[in-house]
Amino acid sequence: MANVTLRNVRKTYPGGFEAIKGVNVDVGDGQFCVLVGPSGCGKSTLLRMVAGLETVTGGEIDIGGRIVNQIEPADRDIAMVFQNYALYPHMSVFNNMAYGLRNRGMKEAEVKTRVDEAARVLELTSMLERKPRQLSGGQRQRVAMGRAIVRQPKVFLFDEPLSNLDAKLRIAMRVEIRKLQRRLNTTSIYVTHDQLEAMTLADVLVVMNGGQVEQIGNPLAIYEKPATTFVASFIGAPPMNLMSTRPEEIRSQLAGSGAADAGILGIRPEDFVITDQTPADGVVLPLTVEAIERVGAETFVYGTRAQEEQRIAANPGELPPGEVIVRIPGSEAPPIGQQIRVAAMRQKLHLFSGDGRARIEA
Amino acid sequence: MVEEEGFRRYVAHIILWIGIAIVAFPVYIAFVASTQDNALIANGQMSLLPGGHFFEVYYQTIFVGTSGSTREPVGNMMLNSLVMALLIAVGKIAISIISAYAIVYFRFPFRMPIFWIIFITLMLPVEVRIYPTYKIVADLHMLDSYAGLSLPLIASATATLLFRQFFMTVPDELLEASRIDGAGPLRFFWDTLLPLSRTNMAALFVILFILGWNQYLWPLLITTRDDMQTIQVGIRKMITTTDALTEWPIVMATAVLAMLPPVFVVVVMQKLFVRGLVETEK
Repeated sequence: MANVTLRNVRKTYPGGFEAIKGVNVDVGDGQFCVLVGPSGCGKSTLLRMVAGLETVTGGEIDIGGRIVNQIEPADRDIAMVFQNYALYPHMSVFNNMAYGLRNRGMKEAEVKTRVDEAARVLELTSMLERKPRQLSGGQRQRVAMGRAIVRQPKVFLFDEPLSNLDAKLRIAMRVEIRKLQRRLNTTSIYVTHDQLEAMTLADVLVVMNGGQVEQIGNPLAIYEKPATTFVASFIGAPPMNLMSTRPEEIRSQLAGSGAADAGILGIRPEDFVITDQTPADGVVLPLTVEAIERVGAETFVYGTRAQEEQRIAANPGELPPGEVIVRIPGSEAPPIGQQIRVAAMRQKLHLFSGDGRARIEA
Repeated sequence: MVEEEGFRRYVAHIILWIGIAIVAFPVYIAFVASTQDNALIANGQMSLLPGGHFFEVYYQTIFVGTSGSTREPVGNMMLNSLVMALLIAVGKIAISIISAYAIVYFRFPFRMPIFWIIFITLMLPVEVRIYPTYKIVADLHMLDSYAGLSLPLIASATATLLFRQFFMTVPDELLEASRIDGAGPLRFFWDTLLPLSRTNMAALFVILFILGWNQYLWPLLITTRDDMQTIQVGIRKMITTTDALTEWPIVMATAVLAMLPPVFVVVVMQKLFVRGLVETEK
């Protein structure tokens, strides 16, 4: 049971590369914190700094009221689940889980009790004598989890633990991890690049980009009010449509709504409706249907706007300029090449400053 | 195997048998010669079938030795060779696995220069540095001793490189997991790295044992006492005789005996050996 607090944490590599540029995060006791961001944003580095596997070049890492910057990983009272599981290939499942306990000088009887209990929870009891290579990916993943929970640490650290599993198993394990964490009520920090995993697991979501925190908060709050265009396009799939407010077509529709200094307009695909009418207050875009994707419950319409527009800041997951995604119910599907009009209500619009770094509330 | 039609298969088999015959015939001749009477061989009347002196000749070879040049029983020579080969193989593995561990897992000053110095010694086999090495061994009073036979041959750049390559394929996460599990550097080495290196060590052991067993020049130089002689040196000495017939049955029996331990090691460790060379999964 512990809070984890990062105060102005920095990491500069000897070559001068600044991987973490001053991060402040506060994870409350028993909370599940997810660090999400594109590859190279520093999220894994940050996690490894909390684990003690990377040195800290600035700031403080506080676990349960103790500054751990100079403390060895084994003495930080943490347990970590690695992306490739990092099971000891020559040890049985039992010994894999028992290794850390024995190294701490725990009595063999106590070791056995703890490992048996973890194995029961994770349904590994029948596999305790097997070697990791005789297990499937999902089972190895569970052994890695077991190795973490037998320690009964203050903090669990997960480094993309599900990315080596196939899609179905990933969803099942995601739910299991969440349930397990709820039951043990252990503070957890989880790194992923998958925004869906991030949304579903997090109590506290930390969106990172370029070694900095873009936004911290409740996942739904972040989804509803992204602080920057980066967060707007990274959280949510398909990504939010971002467009410049400069073209006359858009500027005229936004006029008088207090959005004068906004430079970028964002609209989520699901906030559009296809309609011939012009709503009293909102934005209407004429589109040419370029492609459609029917996935059953919903249909995604990829349309292009009539006018060419200038490219907005390049962000991962961003759409090509002039392209708009619209999500409509699965029963509908306009033919390709058709001209359609899509409308979004005023309260569904997201407005950002011209550089995309600030949200503007109108 | 691809199924071949009859005729072509026979041709293939005949060629293979010819190959086996070419390789095996000299060994067979050595064995036959070791069971014959020396007079017959000296007369050039040796038959191609084994003679009747098997037990007699091998008993004399192992326990008595020749009556001429070196009178040391071959049994003792084999013991010397065995001790030397084992010391070299085990010593090389022990030293190189430790130095590879240091080079791969620790950051210390001049790490890369030290690695390159080890690397460069690849170009300096015993034959090249034989005079200084002899001088050192002589000054340390290690002539005619097992230490003198094995120590100078123990440092091995090849084995160090091999272990280094292997260690670099071990995922970093294993080390990190060990650190979180509270295992220090020695624990990690002993509990994780050594067990993972088992097949590599076995493969190296086979190669190094045979290398040690077949040493000729170095033991020839530093052993002067007959009872410290290795079998490879002994064979050579047996052949050169003054004023007497070379005792060919005994020479041949010695040759056959010299062949057995390497064959034994290869046969016993073949499985591990092959796995060590081809294994990719960790």
